Amino acid sequence: MGNNPAPGMNTGCFMRPECTPRNGRLHQEEVKMKKTVFFGALTAVGLVAGAASAATLDDVKARGKLNCGVTTGLVGFAAPDANGEWQGFDVAVCRAVAAAVLGDATAVEFVPTTGKTRFTALASGEIDMLARNTTWTFSRDVDLKFEFTGVNYYDGQGFMVPKELGVSSAKDLDGATVCIQTGTTTELNLADFFRSNNIGYEPVPIETNAEAQQQYLAGACDVYTTDASGLAATRATFEAPGDHVILPEIISKEPLGPLVRHGDPEWGDIVRWSLNALIAAEELGISSTNIEELSAGTNNPEINRILGTEGTLGEMLGLDAEWAKRAIAAGGNYGEIFAKNIGESTPIGLARGLNAQWTEGGLLYTPPFR
Amino acid sequence: MSDTHAHSVAFVRKEQIPQSPPPARQTGASKWLRENLFSNWVNTLLTILAAWAIYLILSAILPWIFNGVWNASSLSECREILAGKTGACFAVLTERWNQLLFGFKYPPELYWRPILCFFLMLVAVAPVLFFDLPRKMLLFTAVFPFVAFYLIWGGPILTPIVALLGCAAGYVIFDRYGKESFAAGFFGGIVGAFVVWIIGGLVVDLVRPENPMMTPVPSRDLGGFMLNMMLGVTCVSLSIPLGIVLALGRQSDMPLIKGICVVFIEFIRGVPLITLLFVASVMLAYFFPPDSTVDLFLRVVIMITMFSSAYIAEVIRGGLAALPKGQYEAADSLGLDYPQAMRLIILPQALKISIPGIVNVAVGLFKDTTLVSVISMFDLIGMIRGPILASTEWNGVYWELLGFAAFLFFVVCYGISQYSQWLERRLATDHR
Repeated sequence: MGNNPAPGMNTGCFMRPECTPRNGRLHQEEVKMKKTVFFGALTAVGLVAGAASAATLDDVKARGKLNCGVTTGLVGFAAPDANGEWQGFDVAVCRAVAAAVLGDATAVEFVPTTGKTRFTALASGEIDMLARNTTWTFSRDVDLKFEFTGVNYYDGQGFMVPKELGVSSAKDLDGATVCIQTGTTTELNLADFFRSNNIGYEPVPIETNAEAQQQYLAGACDVYTTDASGLAATRATFEAPGDHVILPEIISKEPLGPLVRHGDPEWGDIVRWSLNALIAAEELGISSTNIEELSAGTNNPEINRILGTEGTLGEMLGLDAEWAKRAIAAGGNYGEIFAKNIGESTPIGLARGLNAQWTEGGLLYTPPFR
Repeated sequence: MSDTHAHSVAFVRKEQIPQSPPPARQTGASKWLRENLFSNWVNTLLTILAAWAIYLILSAILPWIFNGVWNASSLSECREILAGKTGACFAVLTERWNQLLFGFKYPPELYWRPILCFFLMLVAVAPVLFFDLPRKMLLFTAVFPFVAFYLIWGGPILTPIVALLGCAAGYVIFDRYGKESFAAGFFGGIVGAFVVWIIGGLVVDLVRPENPMMTPVPSRDLGGFMLNMMLGVTCVSLSIPLGIVLALGRQSDMPLIKGICVVFIEFIRGVPLITLLFVASVMLAYFFPPDSTVDLFLRVVIMITMFSSAYIAEVIRGGLAALPKGQYEAADSLGLDYPQAMRLIILPQALKISIPGIVNVAVGLFKDTTLVSVISMFDLIGMIRGPILASTEWNGVYWELLGFAAFLFFVVCYGISQYSQWLERRLATDHR
């Protein structure tokens, strides 16, 4: 059992007020737990509270690696390539945070999670952040005790049907069989949509997007519903994409974003502003090609503040001055990441749509860096 | 009498007619065809229908296989090459075979380690499976788990050595004191092993080299069919002895031991394997602090072993129950004590009866190892469902990948099944 004791370990237990008074004793016990795992197992059962750590930043620095939860595979958003390197839109967020915190975009331990294991992995402290196209909802934010740190993709649930079905609106789908991924918000949206329109449907539950594709093509269901980005990606892989249409109705708001645990707002800030830095970089015209040039100093004070040549933003976060510069240099600004992984030049071919900058009619609007 | 006969008829054949071959319709293929395929009109009709069905299936599959594209970099390129013809896109296998076999994170320059380990495994299991081989080979079998650990995970060589020394110490103590009192030997052995492990563990930590000769590979980086093989082999070999112990425990007269065994078996059999795996991967993470969790691979091995040992225990209990009571009494009347009676008389017969059942569980267990893909471990199926199908190049290739997986599993499972049939024939000592 190779447990390398990390110096910056748990310094307390959040969420459980009852354990704060004897924090010191708890700490001792945690140290002991590291020595013998099996003994630790027994002790830990009584001390579940110790599971989540408060100073995530210290943990990450001590470990030298960011544990980032991603999906086990979603086209364009996260998947390992032929060399085993993780690539994708969500992956880029992990890399940006790793670059900001550790100075190395490759210092990420990608922890693949499924729709069912993702939240426990985050809550138990197995991962430091989750970037797994997860929809920001009230209950996830409040009840599951997570902190969404922003939105990296505005999505919405849509429907795809074969053209030969002759359906032009989702309201014509009365009695249709619908392929639907279990354990996701799409399942609930679907129920809501059909109930509010007073029409019936028959769900065909499936586990992964890959399975859904095959079921849909095999005719096991008339309709496939998932986020519109997923539908576009799926349709792009069909032998005859033209035979399938994506219906105009978007029945839900799916703001997808990275999230962290409750209880460590400083860490949440780092993840939030790393993402914001990527978005602001696009707005201000900082890209991976001109970043070196711009970091020599410009006339725009906001660019200077982001790149660390002016002000003390990095220090406020508990990082050094060049944190945002590294985050942007890791994979480029938001626009570059989008274009490289899911944009119109890729097989997935998503248009910017809602994900354009606010100056161009989209929803991307980062608070100012000052 | 013969004389009169000779005179009363005109011709008497003196020699035998040479044997002529049977009529064409009574021999060879045509006879077989007539008897088996066209014996009456119902069978004739069925034969024609079956031939038509076979033709339909083959005419769909064979062009698909023989037109297969083996060199392309993506599914769309495959489709371009095929240009509308039917054909498989086997290029995904040529490009990703290493990921399918070893997972996507095992360092490619270290592939020789699992491969070597696989061949050593064949050597190690040979004396267990084929008892005509020299018994001395069992020594290698005993050392193999430690060699395998060293080869697959790497790291300092002292770790497996200390583990081996601990086991050896436990065995020596058991051998020395077990004869006088089983309990003393058993618990003494366990304590001895742990003492060696703890002391050795400290020593290993002290002299841990900066760069061990074998690059360490964490469990998270294991994957592909290698992971299925590792889980299958480890869990089967651990669960058979455990199953025997549980089966004997369930038949014990001692209420505590019997109670524990019954509760264990019934509880584990009453819970689906997938639930146990979820507990292993998700729930246990809550019980451990983030820095000191038991290795995920180890957690999964423990869960699968518990699961299959409960099933194997019941199979063996069936074998024990099938033995006539006279066998137990015969052992008693020879003055054998309990371990001797079990080792020499009862178990050899009971296990022989249980072979088909045990193999059944083993084959099932091997296939069940694919369930770990649900807890985001990248075994063969996990690799296919996750990374490969989610890559922009290969999104949409199903039959080729899953067919390949089915082929690998079939080879292994069919091999196990053939072995068990050979073993049953080899051990057949009755006169049925």
